[in-house]
Amino acid sequence: MVHFTAEEKAAITSLWGKMNVEEAGGEALGRLLVVYPWTQRFFDNFGNLSSPSAILGNPKVKAHGKKVLTSFGDAIKNMDNLKTTFAKLSELHCDKLHVDPENFRLLGNVMVIILATHFGKEFTPEVQAAWQKLVSAVAIALGHKYH
Amino acid sequence: MSLTKTERTIIVSMWAKISTQADTIGTETLERLFLSYPQTKTYFPHFDLHPGSAQLRAHGSKVVAAVGDAVKSIDSIGAALSKLSELHAYVLRVDPVNFKLLSHCLLVTLAARFPSDFTAEAHAAWDKFLSVVSSVLTEKYR
Repeated sequence: MVHFTAEEKAAITSLWGKMNVEEAGGEALGRLLVVYPWTQRFFDNFGNLSSPSAILGNPKVKAHGKKVLTSFGDAIKNMDNLKTTFAKLSELHCDKLHVDPENFRLLGNVMVIILATHFGKEFTPEVQAAWQKLVSAVAIALGHKYH
Repeated sequence: MSLTKTERTIIVSMWAKISTQADTIGTETLERLFLSYPQTKTYFPHFDLHPGSAQLRAHGSKVVAAVGDAVKSIDSIGAALSKLSELHAYVLRVDPVNFKLLSHCLLVTLAARFPSDFTAEAHAAWDKFLSVVSSVLTEKYR
């Protein structure tokens, strides 16, 4: 199990509390699809993904981004217990969605960059390190049930 | 993989803004790298890596200056970084995985300092540009 110090937990929860999860979710998924266009392979039925503005304005991208980031909120409530928390989702991503776990790492890094744009100076190297630890642990938890 | 005209324009125009803070950007990037990815410190046993150390500042400047060289010769990055490429292949031998980590930390630094400029499109252009730079620096590895 990954262990988060009190400082790391504080760095994570304080920023999370200030985030608009709905907006940030759409932004995160949108940026993933823009910066790493091959990730669009999972979203053939999302309609217009033909340009950065089309992607970022796409209502399906926004809705799905919100879903993903809301789920991430569960991670934050269960930082000491990520593998159990994401066991079912891990199975889903393997058996039904067939998502390469590398994509979890890509999304995690995109989220970190979005936090940087939102929080600027407040997103210090120390705060970033706590978040990198979290996104990495979530990615590992989501890949844990793959077979 | 090569950069489109639009991508080059984005990089070059943002660089004009970035270069005014080049030194502190370099230092911050390295601080982020060593904190988030402590294993990268193994390449610097001879350095004082405490935040604010003179060596950290000097090395940060060096790294960002090299990125600047790549921007200034964005149509011929291979030629511009040829000596650096040899240095990394024959002397430094930094494992290729680390270029992604450093690139990510530079992107985070740029995103934190220039949030309104760091749009999704700019993010994509910079990610690709640093990926090209990383490829050049590892192309002589074997």
